[in-house]
Amino acid sequence: MAEYETHDYEVLVIGAGGAGLRAAIEASANQARVGVVTKSLLGKAHTVMAEGGIAAALSNVDERDNWRVHFADTMRGGQYLNNWRMAELHAKEAPDRVRELEAWGALFDRTKDGRILQRNFGGHRYPRLAHVGDRTGLEMIRTLQDYGIHAGMEVHMECTVITLLKDDGRIAGAFGYDRERGRFLLFRAKAVVLATGGIGRAYKITSNSWEYTGDGHALAYEAGASLMDMEFVQFHPTGMIWPPSVRGILVTEGVRGEGGVLKNSDGRRFMFDDIPENYRAQTADNEEEGWRYTQGDRDARRPPELLTRDHVARCILREVREGRGSPHGGVFLDIAWIKNRLPNGAEHIKRKLPSMYHQFKQLADIDITQEPMEIGPTTHYMMGGVRVDADSQMSDVPGLFAAGECGAGLHGANRLGGNSLSDLLVFGKRAGEYAARFAKNNGAASVDPQQIDAAAQRALEPFNRTGESPFQVQQDLQELMQNLAGIVRREEEMQHALIELRRLEERANRVAVAGNREYNGGWHTALDLRNLITVSEIITRAGIERKESRGAHFREDFPSKNDAVGRCNIIVRRDVSGEMQVIREPLAEMPAELKQIIEEMK
Amino acid sequence: MSNETGASTATFRIWRGNSSGGAFHDYTTEISEGMVVLDAVHRIQAEQANDLAVRWNCKAGKCGSCSAEINGNPRLMCMTRLNALPLTDPVTIEPMKAFPLVKDLVTDVSWNFRVKPQIKKFTPRLPDASDGTWRMAQADVDRVQEFRKCIECFLCQDVCHVLREHRLFEYFIGPRFFVNTAALDMHPLDTANRTADLRQNQGVGYCNITKCCTNVCPEGIKITDNAIIPLKERVVDQYFDPLRKLFRIFR
Repeated sequence: MAEYETHDYEVLVIGAGGAGLRAAIEASANQARVGVVTKSLLGKAHTVMAEGGIAAALSNVDERDNWRVHFADTMRGGQYLNNWRMAELHAKEAPDRVRELEAWGALFDRTKDGRILQRNFGGHRYPRLAHVGDRTGLEMIRTLQDYGIHAGMEVHMECTVITLLKDDGRIAGAFGYDRERGRFLLFRAKAVVLATGGIGRAYKITSNSWEYTGDGHALAYEAGASLMDMEFVQFHPTGMIWPPSVRGILVTEGVRGEGGVLKNSDGRRFMFDDIPENYRAQTADNEEEGWRYTQGDRDARRPPELLTRDHVARCILREVREGRGSPHGGVFLDIAWIKNRLPNGAEHIKRKLPSMYHQFKQLADIDITQEPMEIGPTTHYMMGGVRVDADSQMSDVPGLFAAGECGAGLHGANRLGGNSLSDLLVFGKRAGEYAARFAKNNGAASVDPQQIDAAAQRALEPFNRTGESPFQVQQDLQELMQNLAGIVRREEEMQHALIELRRLEERANRVAVAGNREYNGGWHTALDLRNLITVSEIITRAGIERKESRGAHFREDFPSKNDAVGRCNIIVRRDVSGEMQVIREPLAEMPAELKQIIEEMK
Repeated sequence: MSNETGASTATFRIWRGNSSGGAFHDYTTEISEGMVVLDAVHRIQAEQANDLAVRWNCKAGKCGSCSAEINGNPRLMCMTRLNALPLTDPVTIEPMKAFPLVKDLVTDVSWNFRVKPQIKKFTPRLPDASDGTWRMAQADVDRVQEFRKCIECFLCQDVCHVLREHRLFEYFIGPRFFVNTAALDMHPLDTANRTADLRQNQGVGYCNITKCCTNVCPEGIKITDNAIIPLKERVVDQYFDPLRKLFRIFR
């Protein structure tokens, strides 16, 4: 029999980033007893890394903006695979969520008349991102954290959930361990909200922190929930590439929003050479107009550097492959040039992009006010996730909710910058509200001691054997996914990846860890590996199924769009025999009034 | 082109142990261009010491998880480049000393998370714009942004002698939370008065402005000059102003 400590909650939130904290605050406000489990310390979640801002049609900077434009932008960016109801709710509710954050103490940069300032970002027609310099994520998480600690929730820091518990089909709680001492913990709960973030650690080059091991995706899959859109992994076009130890660290899109330009080794602004048809009408065709746009000229169209991330990432890759890359295998991102246009340009850059200035100064010995940065694509965001009901965020497992990056639907085939922070707030709130409601309307569920014992026993197995290091298997997995299921994909490479994944799974089942259960990095990695391998397989299978190129999913063997699969979402779930099942599901029909909005905004 | 091939090695003297004791262990590992201390620790963990305990998260100086003492200096491991350290001698890496040790480089910083809720929460004035929100000038926002940059790495708490040497954890909230209080007090919308708490329960008087905290702040916040001294002045104004004292007597 496993020994464990038991905690009882009405709503258990797994993850304490933006979505988790917002869900916990809302569930607490709805009088639920709330527990929050987080793998890190409170306030350290990956949300702190968000730089650009929160997209919300406040129309403070351009009064032409409204929820309809934001909705249409989001759908266009997602290549119309988005769940239209989520895109609608998101566009309508994001402004209130931003204002609420301000009422809780967040301090955004201001317009001249004292309202929340908004900045330009890729794929957004008007300046839309509420921001604080380039550290918006920190402002957001600290605001939610400091508000949340007075809201009544109980927080379990540095704890990892290893399995979800069910009772006759519905959710009953979760079982995990505390990282500090390695003791097991049982959380009984009437409703569970997954807010575990993404999967970036499945790839070698990533902007994501160690926590991003696809825990929520894998837990939900194993609990029988459906996952959707898992082939869509966003590779952010601008990650640091030199020196090697900083490879992957994000360079905010805000650099381009402030006038930064992309150049190849010939000094050419190559983004002008490839502007997709559906963005041509709203993209500048000359440098002068692009510059005016970044400086707030409302009649100017945006420069092609601010096209969607999937497109910019592929253009960069093309330049590198065709021999026009920078010395370390990327291209140049130049913000220093704006000194030719602005008096006190260097000071302006430092004021607008302070974190970027320090990041390059400290980690790469580069002064971005003087010389260009070398950048290249980095694994950044998972558009796919747990399939949820748009309004309530509940999955197909009754009582199991998902919000933020580990949920699916809002972003379709490609997420726009700034739509992530607003996603966390809008759907974090909804998940918290509906989870509290579910908990009120349903009695206590019972947990199965056998399921708990099996999970505990499995977790401890790495201590009882000799074998290879979990770190080696993790590295090999990251290498594999980077090479065979990365930015550019091919059928045979992904088929090969599936075979290799099976081998890695066998190796993962044999890894051994030394030492004891106290804060043991090797043990933690051994347990995270299972989730990483599960999500890697799901990504690969979904990628094979989508035989077309759309948004972030680019198939070299199917380089164009294909309407047959293009009108479907790809769903992955476990069938009754325990096998992974991949299904095409037709998109839900959009109501006429939303269709009309999209038509009008074309 | 890549010059990663010029492989060289360095030795790291890392504290291994838990609350019942420990010792330094030397690990020699390969180093490459641009590496930071956290990279070396990770390489050692992956190749030589799988069970090494190290807390980290973003590896970009934004989350404040990987605080440690490197050659005796409190720093973030992810923002300390090896080429800024003399590598002829072993690089010493120890856990923060002000907090109880959990294991190896990881300390129990939970005290900080218990202190924070004791600070009066943000209390905004009523919205004053017709749309139910507020108007604020950029200049007023800028004044507090310095404090809001804090990433809660707790290095300032680690070096503060009131905590590190005198262990006054029950009477003193430490530099991080003076910065937190200053951020709230100088927030353009906030209306709460935290001065009595500062004096009575939070021990602002114990700080004798040696600026050790300011010196180690990875965000460059002028903790002593811009946060603590103004808070001390508030306490003086409210409690030790002779005119106010008289006013209180005759009220």
